[in-house]
Amino acid sequence: MAVVTLGGKPIEIDEDGFIQDPGAWDEGVARDLARTEGVEEMGEDHWKLVNYLRDYYLKFGIAPMIRKLCKETGFPLKQIYELFPSGPAKGACKVAGLPKPTGCV
Amino acid sequence: MSEKPPSPKELLQIRHDPAGPDWMDTKPVFRPGTWCYGAVPKHAEYLGLPNPRKWQATDEDWGLPPDWRERILEGLNDRLKRFRSLFVFMDICVRCGACADKCHYFLGSGDPKNMPVLRAELMRSVYRRHHTLGGKLFGRAAGARDLDLDVLKEWFYYFYQCTECRRCSVFCPYGIDTAEITMMARELLNLVGININWIVEPASNCFRTGNHLGVLPHTFKDNVEFAASDLEDNTGVHVDVPINRKGAEILFVVPSADYFADPHYYTFLGYLALFHEIGLDYTFSSFASEGGNFGLFHSNEMMKRLNHKIYAEARRLGVRWILGGECGHMWRVAHQYMATMNGPADFLEVPRSPLTGTVFENARSTKMVHICEFTADLIHHGKLKLDPRRNDHLRVTFHDSCNPARAMGLLEEPRHILRAVCNHFYEMPENTIREQTFCCGSGSGLGTDENMEMRLRGGFPRANAVRHVHEKHGVNRLACICAIDKATLTPLMEYWVPEVNVGGVHELVANALVLKDEKEDRDSDLRGEKWLHMKDDEETGRKPSQDLMEGMDHA
Repeated sequence: MAVVTLGGKPIEIDEDGFIQDPGAWDEGVARDLARTEGVEEMGEDHWKLVNYLRDYYLKFGIAPMIRKLCKETGFPLKQIYELFPSGPAKGACKVAGLPKPTGCV
Repeated sequence: MSEKPPSPKELLQIRHDPAGPDWMDTKPVFRPGTWCYGAVPKHAEYLGLPNPRKWQATDEDWGLPPDWRERILEGLNDRLKRFRSLFVFMDICVRCGACADKCHYFLGSGDPKNMPVLRAELMRSVYRRHHTLGGKLFGRAAGARDLDLDVLKEWFYYFYQCTECRRCSVFCPYGIDTAEITMMARELLNLVGININWIVEPASNCFRTGNHLGVLPHTFKDNVEFAASDLEDNTGVHVDVPINRKGAEILFVVPSADYFADPHYYTFLGYLALFHEIGLDYTFSSFASEGGNFGLFHSNEMMKRLNHKIYAEARRLGVRWILGGECGHMWRVAHQYMATMNGPADFLEVPRSPLTGTVFENARSTKMVHICEFTADLIHHGKLKLDPRRNDHLRVTFHDSCNPARAMGLLEEPRHILRAVCNHFYEMPENTIREQTFCCGSGSGLGTDENMEMRLRGGFPRANAVRHVHEKHGVNRLACICAIDKATLTPLMEYWVPEVNVGGVHELVANALVLKDEKEDRDSDLRGEKWLHMKDDEETGRKPSQDLMEGMDHA
């Protein structure tokens, strides 16, 4: 655990860089998290994906199933990897401020 | 941050000829990639565990309570009295070494302390010091040593490099169950707050929501409904999925990853298609929404707490018996502990298949049947219309998951199913399957990314056997019946045998299953991969509905 500056605010992250308090997330935080994922500029498609994840998380308390994410955003999995090279769970979800799922995953 | 693991070539520089100082004089090095993060305090607090704090194994100060040594020694004393098996296992090992080269972690790392005999010796040496006359009098000369901080750190390192798979036990002439020694060591470490987050967080989620992932009831419903609509898009069949339906005949319990993760999800679709086709009177429970039980990897008490919901929900919903999905360690808990731990389940009936009339005598005490037993029985009685050509794009091998294979002896049923639903099924070498199966390398709560190097090392013997059948028979699908397997064999294959992907048995069942009301132009498997024979039929102008093969009928 460490406290780093994201979006101009001190924010606690875990060892893998996931923010610990999903309530601390805002767009500035997302931009800085994206840079840690090698995404220098958040384009329209990046935001579409991140905002979908964010809305889903606020409603359901967890990340969506990948199949659902692809179907509802219209992005094939390959494109999600192009947008966020670490993939939907470790890349896109991290930028959207979601916690890491644990268990048999 | 998780470190990038070494390349396969680098990783294969393994020496199995330990040299250097005596084992009591070496200390573990907490190299990145070889150990798991400590539990996050809020999850430890939620479960009421001792000494919650922010803590990592690389910290100079582990934040232990001042009386940590006494707590562990008292804990050991207490468990020696309570568990006869532990007492026997501490005393009877003759150090013959039959187990030494049977451990996947030893094979993949060459670290002598990953030989099961020496792993157990880490604890036996402390046992001797306090519980044997020789150890009390002669100390190190009698193989005894004091429990100091270095010993404690060594316990943490090596008892979290054992996946409790029990392959070594198969070869022990005394039948020592090394997994039970690891279980006891982890219980003792937990007494002073030494545990890992990949176990504690799922356990905490499970206690709160009923499942490891922390899926809430409305999310469970949403995921299940999405899966049903996805299945309808693929097959044209509309499936209603019952949740919390009182009075159903059967409660169906699955690992939560089945309705969340890839490639588990396709097995979940498989269950839905199968149950719809046979008109099964069943229900899911949004609280008994987890078959897995990470409490098994934590302590006896935690396992009991997390398992309680299964019988409780069966009682509340008024079902007659319980069916369980493709989960690995759930079956060690269900088969070996549940009936005495949270039973007797005398409010349930002895499971009987409503389609074939088969009574599952083996489940007389637990009242819980493995889905492979159930489906193999359906196939045996010719109840399913199967077209195995629909899996012709796959050349399949089967990984026996440790717990169904070694803890409940489920060896034939999955194979019976696979032979009926696939035309191309190939076995891995015999010393790597069935009761001698090699672990995925990430079981017992060790499947977390910061532990990736050890996972890739531990999984190497399994991957090596897969590579063999890939090269010999062109195998491209590794089938398995465990959610941890589905999650962790996937990166293991990507690393060692990238030509092979991973999936469940019931995914293959549903691929081959000819549904009564399926759409005429159903032309692809559950992942959307086009069927080979459809491509051929398109070329020859034959209708796909011609010459469908009937299910095997031995009745």
